[in-house]
Formats: sequence, C-alpha cells, structure tokens
Amino acid sequence: MSLMTETPPRKRPFWTMARRDAAAGYLFIAPQLIGIIAFVLIPLCLVFYYSLHEWNVLANTFNFVGAANYQMLLADRALPQVLLSSAIFSVGLVVLNMSLALLLAVLLDQKLKGITVFRTLFFSPVVVSLVAWTIVWSFLLQNNGGINGMLAMIGVEGPNWLRNPTTAMISVIVVQVFKNVGLNMILFLAALQGVPKELYEAARVDGAGHFKQFRRITLPMISPTILLTSIITIVGSLQVFAQIAVLTQGGPGMTTTVLVYYLYQQAFQFHFFGYGSTLSILLFVIVAVLTFVQWQMRKRIVFYEN
Amino acid sequence: MRRTILGSTFAALAITTGLTAPTFAQDAINLRMTIWSANEAHLAMFNEIAEGFKASNPDVSIAFEPIPFENYTTTLTTQIAGGNPPDLAWILESNAADFVNSGALAPLTEAFTATEGYDMADVSEQATALWQKDGQLYAYPFSTSPFAIFVNNDVIKAAGAKTPAELIAEDAWTWDNAFATAATVGQSGKTGLVVRDFKYQVWQNMASIWNAWGATPWSADGKTCTFADQPMVDAMTAIHKAIFVDGAMPGPGEDIDFFTGETGMTITQISRASLLPKEDPFDWDLVPLPSGPVGTYAVVGQAGVGAFAASPNVETAVAFLGYMTNPENSQKLAQFFPPARASLLNAQTLGATNPLLSAEQIENVVIDGISYGMVLPGHTNFAQIQQTVRSSLDALWVADADVPAVLQSVCDSVGPLLAR
Repeated sequence: MSLMTETPPRKRPFWTMARRDAAAGYLFIAPQLIGIIAFVLIPLCLVFYYSLHEWNVLANTFNFVGAANYQMLLADRALPQVLLSSAIFSVGLVVLNMSLALLLAVLLDQKLKGITVFRTLFFSPVVVSLVAWTIVWSFLLQNNGGINGMLAMIGVEGPNWLRNPTTAMISVIVVQVFKNVGLNMILFLAALQGVPKELYEAARVDGAGHFKQFRRITLPMISPTILLTSIITIVGSLQVFAQIAVLTQGGPGMTTTVLVYYLYQQAFQFHFFGYGSTLSILLFVIVAVLTFVQWQMRKRIVFYEN
Repeated sequence: MRRTILGSTFAALAITTGLTAPTFAQDAINLRMTIWSANEAHLAMFNEIAEGFKASNPDVSIAFEPIPFENYTTTLTTQIAGGNPPDLAWILESNAADFVNSGALAPLTEAFTATEGYDMADVSEQATALWQKDGQLYAYPFSTSPFAIFVNNDVIKAAGAKTPAELIAEDAWTWDNAFATAATVGQSGKTGLVVRDFKYQVWQNMASIWNAWGATPWSADGKTCTFADQPMVDAMTAIHKAIFVDGAMPGPGEDIDFFTGETGMTITQISRASLLPKEDPFDWDLVPLPSGPVGTYAVVGQAGVGAFAASPNVETAVAFLGYMTNPENSQKLAQFFPPARASLLNAQTLGATNPLLSAEQIENVVIDGISYGMVLPGHTNFAQIQQTVRSSLDALWVADADVPAVLQSVCDSVGPLLAR
C-alpha cells in the first residue's frame, strides 16, 4: 500500500490516442465546417443584423433603425405582386418539372438498345452552364427568334414570348424545367430501378393493370424520392435568379419579378442593403416553413415512414 | 511524425487563408481605378498617362480595373459595400447625382485650381454642371460624347428612300422625314432605325428622340413627373407610331446591331465609330440628330471620373486625377473621349485624333453637339426611378397601347419617388 503511494504517478501525455483521433477527425471536417461557418452561418447572422439597419453604401452611413425595415416590408405596395409572381413560378415549375421528370423516368426505365443515349440526352442540360443555357433560350424566344420562325413555317404567328405578361412567365418556367428536369429524372430512374420486380409479378398474377401497378406499387415505393425531389425543386424554385436576370429582367411590368430578383434589385441596384437584407430574411422564413411542412408531411405521403 | 503532419497542415492552412500578410514597402502607394472599358487601346493610353505620373511620383503606381459595362455601377457599389472601394472610379452620368450628393467623392476644385498649368477656366461650365454640388466639382467629365445618327447609305438607297445627306441638302432633315426614310427601309425587309442600347429597357436613351419635342421625364428641380405632359405625349405617340404602325423601328424583343450592316440608321454616341466594319465596309455617314417641333437640338452622354473621399490615399488620387485631366493629357484622352476643354474643341485637334470623321462631321456633329448638347436624364436614386419607369412603360410597347393613359400611369408610379 505504502509502496504504491510512493511511486510517482506516471505523467499522462497530452496527446492520448483519443485526443489524437479527435484532432484528426476535427481536421478532416474542418474544411467543410469552416466553409459552412464562413459562407452560411456568419452571413445569415450578418443579414439579420443588416436588416435592422439603414445602410447607405455611397454616403457610408450605417444607422440602427430597429424594425423600420420590417415595417417597410409590410407597407411595400410591390411586395404582394412579387410574392404572387414567386408563387406562380414555384407552383408552375414544381408541377411541370416533377410530372415531366416522372414521365421521362418511366419511359426511360426500359431495357431497350440505345436507351442510355436518350438518358444522357435528357440529362445533358443539367451539366450545361445555366447562364449559357438561358442566353441561348433568350435568342430562341425573341420575337424574331428561332421558335417563332419555326411556328411561322407551319403558318402560326407566335406571341412575343418574353414581352407578353402571360407568355413571359410560361417561358421562364419552361426554360428552367428543361434545364433541370434531367436531374429529377435520374433520381426517379434510380428509384424506379430499386423497386423489386417480384412486386409487379405478384400484382400481375392478381390481375392488376398497368395503371393500378403504377398507383399501388410504383408510387408508394418511390415516395421517398418524390419527397426529396419536391423539397429540392421547391427550394430551388424560390431561389431562381439568373434566368430572370437574363430573360426578362423582371418584366414586362413586374410579372416575372420573383422574390430573389426583387431582393437583388433593392440591395444591389437601388443600394438599399438594409431592406434587401430584410427581404432575404423573409425568403429564409418562407423556405424554412415550406421545408418544415414538407418534412412533417413525410409520414403521410412516404411509404417507409410510419 | 504526427506533429509534423499537424504542423504542416496548419502551415498550409495559414498560407492558403492568407494569415501571412504580404509585405509592402512602407511608402509605396497603389491606386486602383475602376473603368468600364476593356479596350486595349484605351488601357494602353491610361497606362501611358500613369507612367507619366509615376515619373514625378516614383512611389505611386496605378492599376486600371475593367468591369463589364452592364453591371458596372452594381459591381462598384458592391466593392464599396464590401469594404474594398477603389481609389478612383469612372461614373455613369445617370448615377452622377447619387455619387455627387452622397459625399462619397472627394472635392476636386481646389486641388485642380492649385495644379500648375491646369487652366480650370478652359473646362466647359455646361459639361461640368452635372458633376458639381454647391459650386464644387466632385468628378471630372472626361468624356462628353454627343448622340448622332450613323447611316448606312447602301441599305437606304437599296430601299429607294431618301438618305439623310439628301434630306440635309434639301433642308428637310426632320424627324417626320427621318421616320419616313426608316419606314421605307423597314418595309423593304431590313431594319429602319435602331436606338442603340435602348432594348425597351434603357428608356432614358429615348431622350435622343423626345428632346426634339421638348419633352422631359421630370421637372428641372426633379420633383415633379412630366411624363404625362403634352410634349412627351406627342413625342411618344410619334415613336409608338414609328414602331407599331410604320415598322420604322424594330419592335420589342428584337435585338439588332446596326454595325453588322443590315440597318438603315442608328442613334448612338460618336465614340461608337470604332465599331464600323474595317473589312468590307458599307457606305456610311454620320449626321446630327434631325430637328423636331422645337427646332434643332443636341444630346450628349457623359462619363465622369472621381476620387473616393474614404480612400486612404485620397490626396494622391486627386493629384493623379488633376494630372490625368490636365491640358496635355486631355488631348491624349480626346482621341477616344470627346473632351470638355474649350481649347480642344476645334476641328484641327479633333480631326487629328478622329481620323474616321470628316471635317464637316466633326464641326456639325461633335463640336456643335458638345457645345449645346443636353445631358441624358439623371436623378438622385436613379436606379430605382429607372426601374419603376421601365416597369410602367412596358405597357406602352404593345400595338394597341393607349399612349396618354400609359404615360399617366408612369407618373402615378414614379411620382412619389421623385417627390421624396
């Protein structure tokens, strides 16, 4: 007993195995963590901070104004139109994109010779630069552009796509759908190929037709993918910017001025950085609420979650 | 071993994140000027002027940073907002009021007057009006470029219309006849008249036409909207008819470039002469803007250059600006940018630096234009006003538009912004 107490305690090294592992682990996640802190969390906090200030960049004044920018938000006469445009764009995009992606995925989920060529073709716009894609479409959609030229050949006088309030919104939606439908298509295709074939065999034996098989087997089995793609597509649709900037600049009138474009105008064109920050807080809240609602709905619509 | 890995990782992080500050000589001054031209000849000239300044100020170096024109002001203000403002910057006339009134720019008058040989009295009062506040100059108008009409005589003659030169000879160069010539060209399948850069967005460029009717977008004090007044209604009615009834001008959504040679006429600034095709040129001409109900008139587009008051090297920046715009260097600048100095506004100086233009063109278009040209519309908070008017004006660019009603709606939406 006395011997043990007299033995000087062995000095524990600072770099124990556990600490070394922890340090290595932190180092590995450091790039990602630094990125998120520097480019997501800090800007998010700063945007909220700026939204409480009036910031005149040119005059170099930065004054605390409390909730004034939020009061301005409520009184902004243009905002209802902007939110309506955003809603029309998002609903149009999500409905068109998801149904087209699912249709393409079902059509391309066949064991045919050369089917990969078609899959590649439909996916290729996803990897094209967004701005380049949109600029090409802006030429096609001009009044004297390619689309109206083709329509004229079959004796149809096409509308002035980007200058008419109705067709401008449709054009922006369709250009965006064609750009990104391939991504959802690939996700759906992967999900479709993961559905066990025995289920279809069993259904056929029981006398289920094609539609019933799709309704009762395919849709429930790929429902997690439907949830995922709908979240990605809705969030993406609320953040649309480049297409609007290139195709319509928010016009004609305000018909295609969606929230992100309006925010850009206020902050970077009109130099109202405080109010622009307030608008981006509004956007953040809308996206967060929509995503939360969708996530909550997963229990009802997703087959595996119960 | 592990320590070495840890150590080198931190070292790598430190280097890549810039923790190791670069060292500069203590007395070196690096000035940065943002510009919207990436033209190599322009850059060469600016670098030559900068070298000249460096000869007497060996510690100073000046970098010219081109920013694309489309997003110029947005990029510039973003740099300022991000805490990285340039020391000097070109400024568009439409934003002049915002920059001059904000206090962002350093005053120049005193420093320029004190510069030996600067001769401030030589600089035209009219040219500097836009860039002053309370008698103090805040930016120097280094380019005062008149709007004029470039003509493609080949296209006009092929359509069987009268050329502007013929109309001028008959003393009949009016907007009625100019639109008639454009309409004949338009009906021949080519394009009649293009207002360059207008694109049914940049409506302020239409001032090159509506000034002929004495129309203005707002009152002289900037407080009252005058879009719905009779001169503007008359001017816009004539423009609307030219577009949608006579086919004299391309409609919205048609992007056409005069300099490719398929268009009869274009309204643009004379500095665009550099875009004329060098190979296989067409028979071109440069004529002043036609006369309208208020007689003859001229419109100029300006560009200013100022120094930022917040720059740590503001004194050096102002000194460089004084050097860059002194009589000697103004002559160099004049080869690309029409000058604001009266002593340079003569056919001899401008002819030597603009070899493309004839003596007659320089006299009628350039000198007359600069001498009594009105500047394009500008206003404090111009970007928001521009956007608001653009948005309301979209309703005008359809065939069955009610011109007076649309113009009244423009005033209804922009009025509150102007009155602020």
